[in-house]
Amino acid sequence: MHKKTDLDTGGAGKAPPAIYLKNIYKSFGAVQANRDIDLHVNAGTIHGIVGENGAGKSTLVSILYGFYTADRGKTEIFGAPVKLRSTADAIAAGIGMVHQHFMLVPSFSVLENVILGHEGRGSLQTGLEKATSELQNIAEKYGLQVDLHALVKDLPVGLQQRVEILKALYRGARVLILDEPTGVLTPQETQQLFEILRSLRAQGVTILLITHKLKEIMAVTDNVSVMRNGEMVAHLETQKTSPEQLAELMVGRPVLLTIGYDSAQAGDICLQVEHLSMRDDSGKNCLRDVSFTVRRGEIFGIAGVSGNGQSELLEVLAGISVIDAGRVVIGTTEMNADNPATPAEVKELGLAHIPEDRHAVGLILPFTAAETAMLGYEERGATRNGGTFLSPDKITRHCEKLMTDFDIRPADPNLKSSLFSGGNQQKIVVAREISARPNILLVGQPTRGVDIGAIEFIHKQLLALRDAGCAIILVSVELDEILNLSDRIMVMNAGQNMGILAREDADVQKIGLMMAGLENAGEMAASVASEQEGGRHE
Amino acid sequence: MADLWMQFLLTLDATLRVATPLILCAMAGLFSERSGIIDISLEGKMLMAAFAAGTLAALTGSAIAGLAGAILVSVMFSLIHGFACITHKGNQVISGLAINILASGLTVTLGIAIFAKGGQTPMLSREARFSSIELPFAEAAGAIPVIGPIYKEIISGHNILVWCALIAVWITSFIIFKTAFGLRLRAVGEKPEAVDTAGISVSGLRYRAVIIAGILCGIAGAYLSVAHGAGFGREMTAGKGYIALAALIFGNWRPVPALAACLMFGFLDAVAARLQGVEVPVIGQIPTDLILVLPYVLTVILLAGFIGKATPPHAIGRPYVKER
Repeated sequence: MHKKTDLDTGGAGKAPPAIYLKNIYKSFGAVQANRDIDLHVNAGTIHGIVGENGAGKSTLVSILYGFYTADRGKTEIFGAPVKLRSTADAIAAGIGMVHQHFMLVPSFSVLENVILGHEGRGSLQTGLEKATSELQNIAEKYGLQVDLHALVKDLPVGLQQRVEILKALYRGARVLILDEPTGVLTPQETQQLFEILRSLRAQGVTILLITHKLKEIMAVTDNVSVMRNGEMVAHLETQKTSPEQLAELMVGRPVLLTIGYDSAQAGDICLQVEHLSMRDDSGKNCLRDVSFTVRRGEIFGIAGVSGNGQSELLEVLAGISVIDAGRVVIGTTEMNADNPATPAEVKELGLAHIPEDRHAVGLILPFTAAETAMLGYEERGATRNGGTFLSPDKITRHCEKLMTDFDIRPADPNLKSSLFSGGNQQKIVVAREISARPNILLVGQPTRGVDIGAIEFIHKQLLALRDAGCAIILVSVELDEILNLSDRIMVMNAGQNMGILAREDADVQKIGLMMAGLENAGEMAASVASEQEGGRHE
Repeated sequence: MADLWMQFLLTLDATLRVATPLILCAMAGLFSERSGIIDISLEGKMLMAAFAAGTLAALTGSAIAGLAGAILVSVMFSLIHGFACITHKGNQVISGLAINILASGLTVTLGIAIFAKGGQTPMLSREARFSSIELPFAEAAGAIPVIGPIYKEIISGHNILVWCALIAVWITSFIIFKTAFGLRLRAVGEKPEAVDTAGISVSGLRYRAVIIAGILCGIAGAYLSVAHGAGFGREMTAGKGYIALAALIFGNWRPVPALAACLMFGFLDAVAARLQGVEVPVIGQIPTDLILVLPYVLTVILLAGFIGKATPPHAIGRPYVKER
């Protein structure tokens, strides 16, 4: 009945699969987001789905959670055919979902968030009381301890995610879908999440894990399905595959997962940051007494969970935000609270900026690629006719050159920026900034939402630029990216510099603890490592 | 001294009368805005309701018919606002503005067409209005010195819609904070995605919220033309809808603080009315124009000076679009 019969073995044997999808199709206008999808998830297993951005993973889970309705195809949950027309249908069928961006009301308590939509009959008060005892049972059973009366906005991200899981279980989920759950977690929090997932599996909950991180698939799943271009290209047993094989299936050709790194030849100091402090609009200290220096010819990585001051730091260095205390010295020019610099002035000093959010800041989506490719440099000769007027010809030729050099597809300078894929949009921004031949390059999340092929290309470009003597400051929440590229790594937590590690001294454990804000992270790492050793023996 | 005390009590009494439409409108706005829908059309809905109440009460001679008509018309306009903002995800301020402009023109046009009195409705007879309710023993209690007049002047002698307004605050508070519907309503104004993924319709909740707002605005409008006043006059709401909105914001979208803000604005209005022509020590007689403008000036000052900390519902003004 099912063409991949090797998957039907193992697990509970005769028990019906938790999720069974057959010939699922879904299109948005002309875009075929899901084509002929088959999926077979055994009850009580952790099943991974990997694929690049735009491979159709999100569409597929949205169909499973009733957000979208499939154009055609068959869905069975625990052997019972279901029609998932709304989220309410999915919840009723026993499907719970932990979204990438949490679906919690920040000003509500944990308890209120959990019962929202399932308040029960009678007054709200009795509903809350009933839920309290039930939640305590669930929390005990699965090891999901959270203070039920805390406000969600006061909880760290890891605990908020726990609330999401609790919410799904409270609503009776027997199948739990997690969409990119580790994007906002420290490595230690990720480990804790995996422990929770394993304990949920032990209690019979089926888990569908959507991710683009191959390491996580290898670490925690039993089976894995690979999606590419809206189709399922393989169903594999995790134990019988490798990250390399998965990456090749995702992209459709062999790829290098880690790029060749040669040690850097660091030169003179070209950027100094001293005692930098800043408050954000709400008066919160988003940068506290941050100091560091960067030399020519090195990549200075900044690691940290998203929202710990990295973005603000980049904005300060790019001249976008004004600091409250401390100073930034670029070459011989100083910026401080009394002498702020504008982005244009900073650019004149040889600094270029690849912003974190390419859609909001990096490019203007309705502009053509040629226009986007000169944004910020429209004052320079390369785009001008004589001096006063912009030259459309030169702008187009400039863009054509970048498109050849950086392999941007389709190579059409007159195409709207919005019509390029995420990876190619990012390449346009990267090409624009690198072609300005900067002394210092600020890079924020260079590969967020970018396909593996483009990641490889962008990483190579950054290393080449470094070897040409440029100082690169790299902010990324992808720890692997930081570890692969950086010569030195600064870890940030709550706007503070938690320490700077040389490449040789950096490892995931240590950085993870520093990301969580623990001081003396070195010693702590050792003890946690031994604890986990102990845990594994149980 | 007793005379001053009496003056003070009468001012408080007037405060309650003036504040009643503000309170009703503020509660209306509270439901709508807590659900995420900006409601500057309180003014227009109240005006339409006042006109409907005045017209129907004049034609039928029944205050109740006037009230029912007012609520019906106001809810209809709420649904127009909802259709534009919820179903078609339009700009909520523009939609509200359109309703206000429409109401301003429509009431006068219809008024002239029906009654040919320059946009006014005929003076209502006693029976066609909500009359004051004298509480038992009011006269007797009034004789008790100092405390007695509080009962006689402030508590007794209001029409039923004044009581309605006060009860509305309590009911609003109960619904918003003590019921499942209230929990969902607050959630949909803060984070509609959370409500949607819990399997509840965001649009359904928001429509219910604007309908409740319509009902309350309807009562406020009826109060103006068939309880407090004796007929509809053109532009008789005179910006009260906006002041109610200001009170709502001033009260940080909470029922009881919003009530307090409404009473404060009402008090300013009542004081202004009493100060007309009165000799004030040192200053002398205050010009009438200055006094009439006082509540509005103070409103501006209070809003500008004290409102900095107001935290509106997080998703207010943002149409909910499912996105993935």
